Amino acid sequence: MNRSLLLGACLSAIFLLGALLSFVWTPADVGAMDIPNRLKSPDFHHLLGTDHFGRDLLSMIMVGARTSIAVAVVAVGIGMGAGVPLGLAAAAHSGGMIDEFISRGNDLIFAFPSLVIAILITASFGAGAINAIIAIGIFNIPVFARLTRGAALSLWQREFILAARVAGKSTTRISAEHILPNIANLLIVQGTIQFSLGILAEAGLSYVGLGAQPPTPSWGRMLADAQTMVALAPHVAIVPGLAIVSMVLGLNLLGDGLRDRLDPKLRVMRT
Amino acid sequence: MGMLVYLTRRLISLFLSLVVASMVIFLVVEVAPGDPASYMLGINAQPDTIAALRTELGLDQPKLQRYFSWVTGMMTGDFGTSYTYRAPVAQMIADRMWISLPLALMALTLSALIAFPAGLLAASKRGKAGDVSVMAATQLGVAIPNFWFAMLLVLLFAIKLRWVSAGGFAGWDNPMAAIKSLTLPAIALALPQAAILTRVLRSALIDTLSEDFMRTARAKGLTRGQTLWRHGLRNALIPVLTILGLQFSFLLAGAIIIEQVFYLPGLGRLIFQSITQRDLIVVESVVMLLVFAVIVVNFLTDLAYALVDPRLRSRA
Repeated sequence: MNRSLLLGACLSAIFLLGALLSFVWTPADVGAMDIPNRLKSPDFHHLLGTDHFGRDLLSMIMVGARTSIAVAVVAVGIGMGAGVPLGLAAAAHSGGMIDEFISRGNDLIFAFPSLVIAILITASFGAGAINAIIAIGIFNIPVFARLTRGAALSLWQREFILAARVAGKSTTRISAEHILPNIANLLIVQGTIQFSLGILAEAGLSYVGLGAQPPTPSWGRMLADAQTMVALAPHVAIVPGLAIVSMVLGLNLLGDGLRDRLDPKLRVMRT
Repeated sequence: MGMLVYLTRRLISLFLSLVVASMVIFLVVEVAPGDPASYMLGINAQPDTIAALRTELGLDQPKLQRYFSWVTGMMTGDFGTSYTYRAPVAQMIADRMWISLPLALMALTLSALIAFPAGLLAASKRGKAGDVSVMAATQLGVAIPNFWFAMLLVLLFAIKLRWVSAGGFAGWDNPMAAIKSLTLPAIALALPQAAILTRVLRSALIDTLSEDFMRTARAKGLTRGQTLWRHGLRNALIPVLTILGLQFSFLLAGAIIIEQVFYLPGLGRLIFQSITQRDLIVVESVVMLLVFAVIVVNFLTDLAYALVDPRLRSRA
């Protein structure tokens, strides 16, 4: 087993388990304020210290992981759910009107500065986790559509697809039964990368106040709250940031490791 | 001839992108809940006062008509009048542009200055310690959110070392002070981008190094360094240019968030202020301007690599 896969899987698993555990148990109540103990540095009682309301940072990180993971997972789901069928359709009708329409649409969305539009969407329709998911998800669609189209196009040239056509299968059936299983690995790897980008995007949006709203804890807003406190208690700014970095790093390493393991020949553009 | 056809096709798609972009932005802002007139007058306003203000602001006109007057206005440099400040939007944007644009350009320059030596080092020492450490650093670089990195920079350089102020902008009357207040934000913006650029440059260089013409260049007596410099870099420049073009969009967008960290009165702060005040015309215009800048930069990037690589003209 390669090292980046192992390290990535471990880091990702820690956050996933922490998030799941937070449904049944956290070291302290995330809603409970304890003003006398505010801005405490990490110690035995509060392993990661407390924030300006005396809330336990470890508990907030655990519950915040839920928000980050939920937003990123659904956003990737939107991207895959819409992008993969579009990519398959474009490849199946390569060179035709459908292909042209889908490909130009992709180019167009790619040309948009995603964060600016995400800000526009969340600002117009109201800040909140749902709108953040939609805003991030929309920009995942062309990523998966492009990837699927490219990979599917080369598969359509292969003999086993020709055999399936000769056997009388429709393009839709071929896409679903033969193309899709063969590009699944590629999609899983890209999914991991988009997942990590989703975590970063959610953190950015909630940092500027457009993501999940209080009282739902989120890593980005923890950083925003910490900003004025950074001189007094640096740990309130360092802890949530480290959580974001470790989670994103873990997912990226996992993606790299999976790519090498699933198919050494695959090279996914990471931008 | 090839170049002319290429240019025409690209110009048409540039135009279409801008039209669609303007429609999307207009629609998103227009269908958004919240009436600017009632917001401005507060909850105790009389319905007829609100109606009068709506007429004054032109909000009672049909949507299609408002869309066209917005677009045609922008083409002549008239971005409308801010609802809250009662000032021309064009002027408000121009004032703040002097912070956001230099910031994005400083960050772009910085990221190129870091990425080129790092990418060259990693590619030429492939698999060795230099390469491994550069790649590990980039892995970390892409995982760090720039606004958090910005906070760490403030903590270290402004709070602990007291070399610079933690935020705010001194104005361009004193250029040195202005550049000083943009330095930390530019570093924060540049570092994650430099990580991406380094990775792209490294892999592009490695691809180029395995080409036949590189062996030919070595065979005709050029040193390793000369081949890398004269033939490798130029050929690796195409993917690098694409990323640089895309990065401009990330930097502009990133600047919006970074401006919040450093309390810089740039376009980002203007957007957030206008959003909270439901000053729709300002939001629409700033976002459109950013999208315009990004689309045009991508167009220019495409042109640039048609110039760098003549093969791309015929393929397009």
